[in-house]
Amino acid sequence: MVKNIAVIGDSESIKGFGAVGIDMFICDEPLESGNLFKRIAETDDYAIIYMTEELFELSAKERHKFADNAIPAVIPIPSAQGNRGIGRKRLSKFVEQAVGSDILFGN
Amino acid sequence: MAVMNVNPTRMQMTKLKKQLQIARRGHKMLKDKRDELMRQFIELVKENKKLREKVEAQLEECNNHFINASAVMNKKALDSSLMSSKHQTGVEVDGKNIMSVDVPLFSQVQEDNDGGSPYGFAFTSFELDDAVTELNKVLPDLIKLAETEKSCELMAAEIERTRRRVNSLEHVMIPRYEETIKYIAMKLEENDRSSRTRLMKVKDMLLEKAHGYSMHNS
Repeated sequence: MVKNIAVIGDSESIKGFGAVGIDMFICDEPLESGNLFKRIAETDDYAIIYMTEELFELSAKERHKFADNAIPAVIPIPSAQGNRGIGRKRLSKFVEQAVGSDILFGN
Repeated sequence: MAVMNVNPTRMQMTKLKKQLQIARRGHKMLKDKRDELMRQFIELVKENKKLREKVEAQLEECNNHFINASAVMNKKALDSSLMSSKHQTGVEVDGKNIMSVDVPLFSQVQEDNDGGSPYGFAFTSFELDDAVTELNKVLPDLIKLAETEKSCELMAAEIERTRRRVNSLEHVMIPRYEETIKYIAMKLEENDRSSRTRLMKVKDMLLEKAHGYSMHNS
């Protein structure tokens, strides 16, 4: 089954992705990101949805519903404003959830 | 630990003993599952960490290229050259089962891609070419990252669930069964003793009544 890849972010951060064949969903209004994500995730056309870290955080509630499904995989990526370390924090959260304490990042 | 609310009968005890055996076996199996999941999770999460660091560094590089490109080109021309891409990148979705956790496997499928640039070179800067080539290079890693990160997410949730089950069996269910079985055994012994003494007493009384004779010469 072949599915597409989507990216959600502000126009500044994601404009390049269109050139490599990823579907862009520009979201310059951060508060709209949740709704936009929901719409995209519910179409079931996308296997991977990349989101800029800012929007990733804001749409936590909407993402929660899809957390137990194998697809779509929702992955935070740094935006043009720089890396805020949310992806890394997410990883250490996984380790903490599984192991009980963060043994990987050592804090 | 609370004793279960059951009738202290022999049948109930047999039933509980069977349940205890099942609980012990389940506990052992779940513990094995947890350990194996944990081993694989740690491996995966280490890979994930490396991959994320790499991808984030590469994306930052891309962004720098784009910033440079937008500095030398006007916004409209830049946007239109990026929008005019024909090809579509997709992923073939497959699944793998790691210890009963269904994790996705993604492999990149690119249609209509002759390796060429999505736009003409005439009115664009070389910075833009760099940015797009760079982004094309990141793409496989980006997809791999999605795969491992989703797997980590699913496995972390499964490990947490399994650990809860193991703990609940180990610290609640099994002690409760043991306690209840002990309680029933004691109760049965107690009944046994009380009926025995009653019988002895009755025998004494009967003997005394019939022969004026007492077994225990008191």
